[in-house]
Amino acid sequence: MEENPQAEKPKKEKIPRQKMPEQNVSARIRNFNEVPLGYDPETAQREARRCLQCKNPQCVDGCPVEIDIPAFLQLVVDGKFVEAAHKIKEKNVLPAVCGRVCPQEDQCEKQCILGIRGEPCAIGSLERFVADWEADQGETILPSLLPPTGHKVAVVGAGPSGLTVAFDLALLGHDVTIFEALHEPGGVLMYGIPEFRLPKAIVKREVEFLRRLGVKLYTSVVIGRTIEVDDLLKSGFEAVFLAVGAGLPMFMKIPGENLNGVFSANEFLTRVNLMKAYDFPDVDTPVWVGKNVAVIGGGNVAMDCARTALRLGAKRVSVIYRRSRSEMPARHEEIVRAEEEGIIFFFLTNPIRYLSDEKFWVRGMECVRMELGQPDSSGRRSVKPIPDSEQIIDFDTIIVAIGAGANPIIASTTPDLKTNRWGYYIADEETGLTSKPRVFAGGDIVTGSATVISAMGAGRRSARAIHKLLMESKKV
Amino acid sequence: MKKDKKNSEPLIQDFTSSFTVVYKEEMAKRTICRMDIEAPLIARKARAGQFIVLRVREGGERIPMTITDKDPEKGTITIFYQVIGKTTALMRTLKVGESFADVVGPLGVPDEIESVGKIVMVGGGTGTAVLYHITKAYREKDNYIVGIIGGREKELIILEKEMGVLCDELIITTDDGSYGERGLVTDALTRVLKDSPDIRLVWGIGPLAMMKAVANLTRPYRIKTMVSLNPIMVDGTGMCGCCRVTVATQTKFCCVDGPSFDGHEVDFDELLKRKGMYFPQERESLLFSVR
Repeated sequence: MEENPQAEKPKKEKIPRQKMPEQNVSARIRNFNEVPLGYDPETAQREARRCLQCKNPQCVDGCPVEIDIPAFLQLVVDGKFVEAAHKIKEKNVLPAVCGRVCPQEDQCEKQCILGIRGEPCAIGSLERFVADWEADQGETILPSLLPPTGHKVAVVGAGPSGLTVAFDLALLGHDVTIFEALHEPGGVLMYGIPEFRLPKAIVKREVEFLRRLGVKLYTSVVIGRTIEVDDLLKSGFEAVFLAVGAGLPMFMKIPGENLNGVFSANEFLTRVNLMKAYDFPDVDTPVWVGKNVAVIGGGNVAMDCARTALRLGAKRVSVIYRRSRSEMPARHEEIVRAEEEGIIFFFLTNPIRYLSDEKFWVRGMECVRMELGQPDSSGRRSVKPIPDSEQIIDFDTIIVAIGAGANPIIASTTPDLKTNRWGYYIADEETGLTSKPRVFAGGDIVTGSATVISAMGAGRRSARAIHKLLMESKKV
Repeated sequence: MKKDKKNSEPLIQDFTSSFTVVYKEEMAKRTICRMDIEAPLIARKARAGQFIVLRVREGGERIPMTITDKDPEKGTITIFYQVIGKTTALMRTLKVGESFADVVGPLGVPDEIESVGKIVMVGGGTGTAVLYHITKAYREKDNYIVGIIGGREKELIILEKEMGVLCDELIITTDDGSYGERGLVTDALTRVLKDSPDIRLVWGIGPLAMMKAVANLTRPYRIKTMVSLNPIMVDGTGMCGCCRVTVATQTKFCCVDGPSFDGHEVDFDELLKRKGMYFPQERESLLFSVR
């Protein structure tokens, strides 16, 4: 401890954290283009030079998929951007995605030594830069695959967790087939996260990369309905990884929730992102958005809904959150961007019923003021309504973004797959193994709604366990 | 027994489906269309009461469509649809040999079909196409089946011959009296309920107003009455919650909890209003396409 090797280094130049240019507010609220515009090579190198190249890098410990961050940053400093991308891809199949949507401030950048006295190195922005740089060079080089093992694995769900497992197992030489229920692969990256935060061309590029690794992908196949899990095991797959996401939107079970003009966040975002309703009537799927929109919830999905509603032409968009700003689960930068764009926040406010006009359309909500109590066992502060604080606020559109529960389809047709009382699959924390032999699970269907990177981390751990299982069965 | 089991669940060798139209038949002055679609995985699994979600082309809507029949040997499913909006109009333009962009299914909870005795199967308009698959399953379970199928006029009566084979008695009604009995299916049902005290189960499938009327007719008799709902859907797998319907005061997702529900418990009025949510956009979409 007393010998800090970093301190010994001769005069490290003082560079401030490099800001990434953004679309200005008045322009961006009228389009669906990405808000941050990315680094240029000089800025990227300047930022990467801030890295102290710690001998014992804390940032790597903060990364759920254990990217060798100092190594890729050094490659950026050296101008070897494509090599830097390859360095990341040794551990992360989706760098262009993670560079954009990972909560780096809670992970790698939180651990960065520079962050103690000043601002941490902008690892996420640099990850994004090198991934985009590599893609812009055209042909991306494929990593070397181990020789084919002949073992077949089925992956259910082409979201972050499923794509990670497929990638890891393909590299190890296994024969991987992904089944996706929707008509496009990508899961939440495709239907959930808006274009202005994650361009769909990037998701398509990353999926294409997997295909080039030899991974087979079938869309419009609902495992549990089109093919049951047992059918997969009987059809030659030696292991199955279930990464179906938490696909069942929650509602608050309050009066008026089925009025026209009340959506789940999933429906609203799916219509816009997957079905591209912003191009209606050039595409066939419409979306309703009124002039005065309320989004219920305080997470990233709520921020996405609010900012999407604004871009679809809403005059006034409000976020209704029952706790206060400091308890919001959304990323800080998403909250800031929403505020910059003019989203209004009602904190410590909770709807108790929605009001109907004479045509069954929502016209407003009755809500109560809330007060915070003591933190509960999870450290989150409890919240309770203040008596006689009811008030009515007018809205013509309500988007309920309070999370998603467990989708019942696979569990209902797979009797020996055990679930907990909320319907999430019970799976070993380290391996993802479920109660059913040879069946693994990871991502939101195990943990409930969480982040892209935590789903990827679960995929990485399960891939190891599946590989071990397959290689052991070879010996028999 | 062994052979039977083997035949019903062959191992899956191939996961590809072309979704190609292999048979097409237009009827009722081209307002109703039957299509057989190559979808072997769906044909293999489809059970009575289940549905598919399809897209005609890139940029197309995802719309739910109930499965009328399946042929696991040929690997095809059969659907019937009435041309009422942009997507169904686009569907009709597909020729034999052309393909849907995608078809996903079978979705929804399959109905539990049992031997219950005397049952009445009521179908209105293209609802009869949904009813047919379920009726076929009841036939296999040896029930006494009274069929009532109806439409506005003679041309709109579908699957008469096929239902005739399945039903012990078949009553046909038309609003204008151009074929069968003059009147509504509910008029015929009223009579059947009066005449037959031994009815154990009624299925009503058709327009919402018809299903509501069927449920209201059977309620005083306390006869179990099932309906199959067709609300607006997007994904059809529980993900979006667009297809919310109130059943016994609880909110259900039609796609994963249904599409069949106890008709005496369904809030039809709410569903009717929810179905109208996108009327202006549906009209705009249709006008845009003919512009």
